[in-house]
Amino acid sequence: MTDTVPTPTDAETPPTDPVQVDQNEAVIKIIGMHKWFGDFHVLNDIHLDVRAKERIVICGPSGSGKSTLIRCINRLEEHQRGKIIVDGIELTNNLKKIEKIREEVGMVFQHFNLFPHLTILENLTLGPIWVRRVPKKEAEETAMYYLEKVHIAEQARKFPGQLSGGQQQRVAVARSLCMKPKVMLFDEPTSALDPEMVKEVLDVMISLAREGMTMIVVTHEMGFAKSVAHRVLFMDFGKIVEENTPDEFFDNPQHERTKLFLSQILH
Amino acid sequence: MTDTTHFTRPEPETDEIKPPVTQVGVIGWIKANLFNTWYNSVLTLAVLFALWQLAPPLVEWAFLDSRWYTDSEACRTTDGACWSIIPNNIRFILFGFYPPSEQWRPLLAVILLVALLFISRNRRFWRKPLAYAWMGGLVVMGILMRGGILGLDPVESSQWGGLPLTLMLSVFGLTAAYPLGVVLALGRQSRMPAIKSLCVIYIELIRGVPLISLLFMSAVIFPLFLPEGITINKILRAQVAIILFTAAYVAEVVRGGLQAIPKGQYEAADSLGLNYFQTMRLIILPQALKIVIPPTVSVLISAFKDTSLVVIIALYDILKTTQSTLSNPKWMGYSTEAYLFLAVVYFICCFFMSTFSRKLERELAT
Repeated sequence: MTDTVPTPTDAETPPTDPVQVDQNEAVIKIIGMHKWFGDFHVLNDIHLDVRAKERIVICGPSGSGKSTLIRCINRLEEHQRGKIIVDGIELTNNLKKIEKIREEVGMVFQHFNLFPHLTILENLTLGPIWVRRVPKKEAEETAMYYLEKVHIAEQARKFPGQLSGGQQQRVAVARSLCMKPKVMLFDEPTSALDPEMVKEVLDVMISLAREGMTMIVVTHEMGFAKSVAHRVLFMDFGKIVEENTPDEFFDNPQHERTKLFLSQILH
Repeated sequence: MTDTTHFTRPEPETDEIKPPVTQVGVIGWIKANLFNTWYNSVLTLAVLFALWQLAPPLVEWAFLDSRWYTDSEACRTTDGACWSIIPNNIRFILFGFYPPSEQWRPLLAVILLVALLFISRNRRFWRKPLAYAWMGGLVVMGILMRGGILGLDPVESSQWGGLPLTLMLSVFGLTAAYPLGVVLALGRQSRMPAIKSLCVIYIELIRGVPLISLLFMSAVIFPLFLPEGITINKILRAQVAIILFTAAYVAEVVRGGLQAIPKGQYEAADSLGLNYFQTMRLIILPQALKIVIPPTVSVLISAFKDTSLVVIIALYDILKTTQSTLSNPKWMGYSTEAYLFLAVVYFICCFFMSTFSRKLERELAT
């Protein structure tokens, strides 16, 4: 966990969180899911319900299957047993259904994965125009709205290569938001950033959380987990070892493995 | 949320220091580039000596003692170049056996083709009207070459030759081979085993045989398989052979480009919900094809020059017509001049392609 940056987030969620988790509506349901890479059992009997507007942080040592888990949710990886149901649609080999789910699930990658041959604005409008069939003008207005939100509107005509890492990652967040997704997945969004750029990305994520976005975040940013998450999941060897509210998780961890992990990561 | 300012760093305050000035004027440049080390000085002197030895006789041969617009008799009286061979035979070199009274037609077709190519150089015109212009242009070219309607005398395609034939074979060969090559490259990357193995077999088979053998097959073996009474135009058959051959090479070059695209690009496209064709068209191919512009142009240039191999199936392209000129007793012995002229024609076309590719690379740079 060498890439951990000591909690830069000072923006705390106000004591009365305006966002109420909708306890009845499960956006994502994972039931008894297994996955193997060859003989290696990456994910072992995963059960997880994510409710609307809920924010979940997944942490754990590298190789524990965190990224693979969220990559299964939009089928960047294929699971081999069990069920994943996203927004009422079960993930199968049906390409149409997979594409439908991907429309509703936004993803932010560790390495941003912006399209280098397109301008920032084109990066943002591509999905809405081609997948959602939004008229170009409207898509551009939406794009500018989200670029304002991530404080980067003045860069709209530039190419990704001309932006810093933090700026690129904020563009990547905006690109996902332009699709108006129901869920946002974050796969270690700050791990590839220079330390001084971590905060600007976390700030964007925090403001997103305040607006009631359903989020699953794989991260080593424990400060972010403390202040934003409703639930923290700890994974090791492909299993969800512990699952609790952030307060309980950090102050009163139940499992030995969790205690060890926290002692190493929180110094 | 907070305002933009706290994301930007303050500019450091420094006095501007210019880089040291090392080169001043012509002398400075010569010193820095031609005589900067002892071996460079030796090389510079050696080149100067070679130029002094070679240039004057060459200028004398090509310009001072040369004949330009004379008949062949006048050429016998000088040691210089006999450029007269070109203007005297230009009609045959350019148009082959096309009936002389009708040669304005292929000339017009070539001018039309070159004009279209020139317009297509500019990416600003890459819109629908240009596509219509090409379609219209092709029809007009076809009518001009073939005749038979609008009061034009019909001209058999066996009489076509020279520059129009070379340009036609290469322009249509290359424009058809390129998309076919892209499709083959995508097919070879396909996860569907049937499509993949089909593409691999095609590419490996075609790359494994020389173009000459393909041309022979198209000219000699292929007609044997056709039912009696049906013939397919020989030029068309050669054209198809060139397309199939070039496409296999383009495919491998494009595949190299596809492999250079990071996996993250596919994942980002997938996570937006783009389907396979959208991902390829909007994300992967624009990047991959841009990367492989230099090797693609190499393939296309060599394919262009390879069209001269159609001589072996008795098509009179511009190389063959030039060669035939030399078998005329009046002009025998002036092959240097004729082939130099031919080299210039080929060079102009290839240079056109390579400057275009560099222009395209510059414009697409991000």
